[in-house]
Amino acid sequence: MNAVATNEATGAVVSARGLRKAYRNRLALDDTSFHIEAGRIVGLIGPNGAGKTTALKAILGLIPFKGDLLVLGMDPRTQRDELMREVCFIADVAVLPRWMRVREAIDFVAGIHPRFDRAKCERFIANTQLNPKLRVREMSKGMIVQLHLALVMAIDARLLVLDEPTLGLDILYRKQFYQRLLEDYFDEQKTIIVTTHQVEEIEHILTDVMFIRDGRIVLTSPMDEVAERYTELLTSAAAIDQARALKPIDERALPFGKTVMLFDGVPRQQLAELGETRNPGLADLFVAIMKGTYA
Amino acid sequence: MNAVTTTHQHKTNTFKWLLKREFWENRGGFLWAPLITGAIISLLTAVLAVIGVARFRNSGVASDLQFNGGLAEHARQIGGIGDTALLTGISLTFLVLAFVVFFYALGCLYDDRRDRSVLFWKSLPVSDLQMVLSKATWALLLAPVVALAAGLLIGAVLWLIVGMAAAAAGMPSASAIFTHSNPLSVVGNALTMIPAYLLWALPAVGWLMLCSAWARTKPFLWAVLIPVLSCVMVSMAGILPGTSIDYGKVWYTLVYRGLFSVLPGSWAPVSSAFQDNAQRAENADIQGPADIMNLMNISNLDVLGSPDLWIGAAIGAAFIALAVYLRRWRELAD
Repeated sequence: MNAVATNEATGAVVSARGLRKAYRNRLALDDTSFHIEAGRIVGLIGPNGAGKTTALKAILGLIPFKGDLLVLGMDPRTQRDELMREVCFIADVAVLPRWMRVREAIDFVAGIHPRFDRAKCERFIANTQLNPKLRVREMSKGMIVQLHLALVMAIDARLLVLDEPTLGLDILYRKQFYQRLLEDYFDEQKTIIVTTHQVEEIEHILTDVMFIRDGRIVLTSPMDEVAERYTELLTSAAAIDQARALKPIDERALPFGKTVMLFDGVPRQQLAELGETRNPGLADLFVAIMKGTYA
Repeated sequence: MNAVTTTHQHKTNTFKWLLKREFWENRGGFLWAPLITGAIISLLTAVLAVIGVARFRNSGVASDLQFNGGLAEHARQIGGIGDTALLTGISLTFLVLAFVVFFYALGCLYDDRRDRSVLFWKSLPVSDLQMVLSKATWALLLAPVVALAAGLLIGAVLWLIVGMAAAAAGMPSASAIFTHSNPLSVVGNALTMIPAYLLWALPAVGWLMLCSAWARTKPFLWAVLIPVLSCVMVSMAGILPGTSIDYGKVWYTLVYRGLFSVLPGSWAPVSSAFQDNAQRAENADIQGPADIMNLMNISNLDVLGSPDLWIGAAIGAAFIALAVYLRRWRELAD
């Protein structure tokens, strides 16, 4: 009970401690601990099989697991029914039932969800090519996601979980998806957790990032701290040994004798003497930290 | 926190919408299957009636068709034709119902795990208990009610066809088909099928839904092979000396009650009214349709007194409880 109280007080939407989940003989979550505050957009990023989806399924109460987990102050294993009034998720593209019509989907969600705003949903639908009689099986993947997003955005949930929501969509739909989410949905009372492999496309909308590897969180940080902590240096052959002495966490060669190095916690002024510095992209950082995952 | 709770909220009636949802998804089985069967049978009957009328008129035997025992008895027997038509319609849709319920129960907790749409349903505030109960309600109560309504409609159409054909063929006092029939008695007795079916089919529907919630693949094979192979193994164990097993009971319990109870009327073996009628049928002097109806048109309520029905219902309820648990924790099917 105390845990619940402190959880609410600190405004944590998700707090996980020592999560464990084994599939047959492989650990998908290995003593995983993390903390997500309200009003954030958190990217959960990791290589294939790192435990991203398992972590999300644990948060959504879809699987049994060991450890302490509170989502909005509730245990998803025992209080899932109450929890789902406050939480919504898009598990993947194309999970809408194929027989359903647009009209039926709206009617159904309006009928059962106390926080669903029908007018809002219809407004979102009006901006698309969807019409009420269309069945899911007649839609393209992009249209299915548009429908799903319209349904979900009309639900006033406190936590939205997105697991690879744009997988298999073309760039137009992907851009539109995140744009929509930011403009018409997100506010300081809501929290979004998103996993994706298209890191570059979401890094500008994230407020926080978590890297997961082999069932463990290897990095968790607000995006602005990432920029402070990590520096990318573009250096020439002349300064390369000097730069290497500062122990870059990653290094890759460019044409014409230039080298790009990634530093963790080295002051930027110090690096600036050795070449050009800039903020690393999330994708480069990811590659550097996940080095050797598949080795 | 406050800001969230003050936003838009409205009342919901989850179970009603879950039932609607099942109907949207399974309209084909619940509504169209009995109606289309009825339409085909009605059409065939109409064609046969036309051919029959033409032949009768030419041969002139229709006027010879008289039931013994005077005019009143003749009218009574003719009236039985109407009741027979009505009962035929109901029997047809109830036969279709057996197949519809069997495959519905077998697929209802499996199909959405296979196409992953279960993840959509689980993203909404619907408990697994409500979800499973809404499906059981359709299989055990609403599908039979729809089948009964469709059966009555088809029965009425058949009745009309037969009545008109009889009149056209020149059958004496053919109008008795309408005036001397007992539709209310037929409908009343058919209504007793509903509670009897709900409880009698519960073990079979429960078993099928359990397999549906449990199977990772091929629920049909699991649902059928487990009871059948168990019985075969028990029967083979009987080859060993010194064993005395009542095989009939084993097959009855596992296969008949576990699978075939989805067929409406399959409770006949435990129905005392049915047994009595079977006795009477052997001795009875059956003169015409009305006498047949006397044996066929019976209430089904007496099976509600049989322990077989109640034990089966309790086991079926336990199966459904297990299915709810599996629905909660079982992952996707592949």
